Amino acid sequence: MGRSKSAPSGGPDRPSVPEQRSGEGPYLQVKDLGVRFDTEDGVVRAVDGVSFAVERGRTLGIVGESGSGKSVTSLAILGLHSAKRATITGEIFVGGRQLVGLPEEQVRRLRGRDMAMIFQDPLSALHPYYTVGRQITEAYRVHHPRAGKREARQRAVDMLGRVGIPQPAKRYDQYPHEFSGGMRQRAMIAMALVNDPDLLIADEPTTALDVTVQAQILDLLADLQAEFHSAIILITHDLGVVSQVADDVLVMYGGRAVEHGSVEQVLRRPQHPYTWGLLSSVPSLHGDPDADLMPIKGNPPSLINLPSGCAFHPRCRYAGRNGDRSFTEVPELRPAGEEGHLVACHLPAEERTRLFAEDIANVGVAAG
Amino acid sequence: MVRFLLKRVLLAVSVLLAVSIVSFLLFFALPRDPVTGMCPKNCNAERLERVRTELGLNEPKAEQYANYMKGIFVGRDLGSAQGGKCEAPCLGYSYVNSEAVSDTFARVLPVTLNIVLPAAVLWLALGVGLGMISALRRGSLLDRISIGLTLTFASLQLYFVGAVLLLIFVYHLKILPTPRYVSLFDNPVEWARGLVLAWVTLALLFSAIYARLSRAQMLETLSEDFVRTARAKGMAKRQVYGRHALRAAITPIVTIAGLDVGGALGGTVITETTFGIQGLGRTAVEAVRQGDLPTIMATVLISALFVVIANMVVDLLYAFIDPRVRLG
Ligand SMILES: Nc1ncnc2c1ncn2[C@@H]1O[C@H](COP(=O)(O)OP(=O)(O)OP(=O)(O)O)[C@@H](O)[C@H]1O
Ligand code: SF4
Ligand SMILES: [Mg+2]
Repeated sequence: MGRSKSAPSGGPDRPSVPEQRSGEGPYLQVKDLGVRFDTEDGVVRAVDGVSFAVERGRTLGIVGESGSGKSVTSLAILGLHSAKRATITGEIFVGGRQLVGLPEEQVRRLRGRDMAMIFQDPLSALHPYYTVGRQITEAYRVHHPRAGKREARQRAVDMLGRVGIPQPAKRYDQYPHEFSGGMRQRAMIAMALVNDPDLLIADEPTTALDVTVQAQILDLLADLQAEFHSAIILITHDLGVVSQVADDVLVMYGGRAVEHGSVEQVLRRPQHPYTWGLLSSVPSLHGDPDADLMPIKGNPPSLINLPSGCAFHPRCRYAGRNGDRSFTEVPELRPAGEEGHLVACHLPAEERTRLFAEDIANVGVAAG
Repeated sequence: MVRFLLKRVLLAVSVLLAVSIVSFLLFFALPRDPVTGMCPKNCNAERLERVRTELGLNEPKAEQYANYMKGIFVGRDLGSAQGGKCEAPCLGYSYVNSEAVSDTFARVLPVTLNIVLPAAVLWLALGVGLGMISALRRGSLLDRISIGLTLTFASLQLYFVGAVLLLIFVYHLKILPTPRYVSLFDNPVEWARGLVLAWVTLALLFSAIYARLSRAQMLETLSEDFVRTARAKGMAKRQVYGRHALRAAITPIVTIAGLDVGGALGGTVITETTFGIQGLGRTAVEAVRQGDLPTIMATVLISALFVVIANMVVDLLYAFIDPRVRLG
């Protein structure tokens, strides 16, 4: 795999999963992902036709309002949706293996080993009755069944130290409620990284933490990424966080991707009116903190009854500029001009650029 | 941990003291003269007065209470009419049965224990097991059948279920004897045959409640973040359910089970009455009806003792299960 393994025992403990890695291309590739829930109220299309890729050593930020399908996407990658309630379509390649439709047992073996996840609230994500150390050890031993107790413990203590927890040997035997919020999230990270995964998904890892601790955790993730060279997906509401740590950005709305590109492209030269709205509602990105914020009016759409055409049209100021296309025709994700920059909007490219420059950038967003 | 224990014990003792005082006072608040119960016929005022003096009922209430408590801790002399010297723990002498209350209890306490403990094992195993499986197979046929059954049984009455079972197994099929208590050590088979209907009746009704409770608890736990974390680690479902979910789901059930068992040990009045078995529950009811103060006091105290002990056991278990309690 072309990188140093930090596991004391190296690789022999890894259970055999058919290694059909292409070696080429991004570590994670999601193609036309769809996640549907059949509920009593109707079919919830939580994710609809989303595609993206993340290479090792790079970070993809996924942003979007609450309910836009960010968590559902990440849980789909880990195969954590109940097969009974969720229908998953499309393809998910992790290290060259296609996971959609694979038997649970095969996906399980990759979970926590090749791909790991950090959750938003580390207090509820850790089991209250088991020591932090034990929970990390457990994560290690699931995938290293032949590792002895002592070896696993040593590994867990090392990881606790690595994520910056002081006195890791002592902390090992403490319970989650004895940790502070930031330390708990560090422990979560230690747990996620204990098997040295190639893909790390962090679902709002800092939302529950205060600002200083947030910054520390983000720094930690960046350091660990440099060290472990993993692919990271960072899900967040916070565009400030994205601009700090992500390489690429995916903007989701109503379960669909509406804009996709590099951080530079999406945050500096955004092409989608929804992204404009997101940017305008972030004070930290404004040059002038007193400038008028332009929060997006209205509510996120119902995923059972998505608005026709562009799902964003009920809230979009420019919906009327395209005849009735915005109301009848779902805009596809298409090249927005620059290489790698994609946008799903019916507005002609020149008009988008002009509108952004006139209506949005002059409020100070682009100066961010 | 030691302080935790000490606090619990102190609390338990004060609860018991309070219970003893309250029941003592309540007894005398009853609008009846306990002595009349003891001479149903040919009672003239003079005889009543003599009995009253013999029983010490003419002394001040505080003194009577003090004497009673003294009896429990160091023993006392009850006078020749009541069997003379009474060793600690002296629970007094029954006004009605002409025997020391402790003798009555030596007879009826094992009966109730033998009804409740096996029944509790049954209802917990059945109820919790069914509830957990139901939760894990949510929406399946088994789950729906179990919901239906538990709903039915939870809404039935003990005496109804008991009577139906009696009718079927004792009077109709005649495969079981009339319910009675035989010591386990004398004859294990008869012990089981004599009590099985009581166990099953209690178990059916209680397990229905426990199945519903466990199902709800387990479902709630399965949606907890830490269960998702365990799955995200790559643990197999069996491990996730068995190790992570079960332990969290079982905690509140332990509490309720402890209190239910403690309460049931204090007397299963309806069960005992339905099956005509003389245990603590029936003894207590009869004592109240007959105004038999020493027996009433003893049954109340013993029931309270069971509840208090059950509470302590629950607290300890809780501290054992949940580290937040232990350290907090
Ligand atoms: N198991 C499920 N059954 C039915 N609907 C679901 C299920 N899981 C998620 N959803 C729905 O899918 C939609 C997307 O949810 P998701 O959790 O992905 O949002 P999100 O973008 O992560 O939002 P947030 O920022 O609040 O975390 C929501 O409307 C949610 O109600
Ligand atoms: S397609 Fe129409 S409604 Fe949708 S974002 Fe573009 S302009 Fe607005
Ligand atoms: Mg989410």
